[in-house]
Amino acid sequence: MILVRYFGVLKDKLGLEQERLDWPGGTTRDLLTLLRARGGDWEQGLAPGQVFRLVVNQAIVRGDAEIPADAEVGILPPVTGG
Amino acid sequence: MQLSISVTQAAFDLAVEEARLAAEAGDAGAVVAFVGRVRGQDGPVALASLFLEHYPGVTESEIARIAGEAAARWPLLACRVVHRVGHLLPGEGIVLVLMASSHRQAAFCAAEFLMDYLKTQAPFWKRECFVDGSQHWVEAKATDDDACLRWS
Repeated sequence: MILVRYFGVLKDKLGLEQERLDWPGGTTRDLLTLLRARGGDWEQGLAPGQVFRLVVNQAIVRGDAEIPADAEVGILPPVTGG
Repeated sequence: MQLSISVTQAAFDLAVEEARLAAEAGDAGAVVAFVGRVRGQDGPVALASLFLEHYPGVTESEIARIAGEAAARWPLLACRVVHRVGHLLPGEGIVLVLMASSHRQAAFCAAEFLMDYLKTQAPFWKRECFVDGSQHWVEAKATDDDACLRWS
């Protein structure tokens, strides 16, 4: 199982803050592919321009990265701080 | 470089933070301060409040990474960053960046560099709540990305 957390506008678009997913193993790209395959808001909300970065176990991922079992994965929309 | 990062709901006091920076910085000939404030009117309807969300833990380490890059580029003595989260009212400070160095150029450049990267890299998200009851998440600005590109 992995814990997937959604932030900012994604929480509203997808209608949830976090979920637990069975995880057969794979990378951050595999996770996005799996979630986009849900279609509708998921396909639109997680389209390439809508996702800024993924975080695996509190570390920001640049590029594709392995998601280990029991990981916490954050999906971040483009940031608007400062 | 002495580094202090605070992500907090509490308001900050520039004079208090500057005194803390001075105590950490030692013989600094230059201190640059940037304060970002909530604007009350960003469109046709006045803003009632701003809500800031972040990713606890990840935010602090990302700011530390950006500050570390600044320290690698310029000879800095100390850096303090305070970024607020939660509900903020128009006029309140959102972000404070203080940079101390021996001479002014490093502090000026590093403060601007840190703000440019903080706005485009650190995991904060703003939601605007307007006086007519409507609200929406702020969209990322291409101009902020452009501001970052000049440092690369």
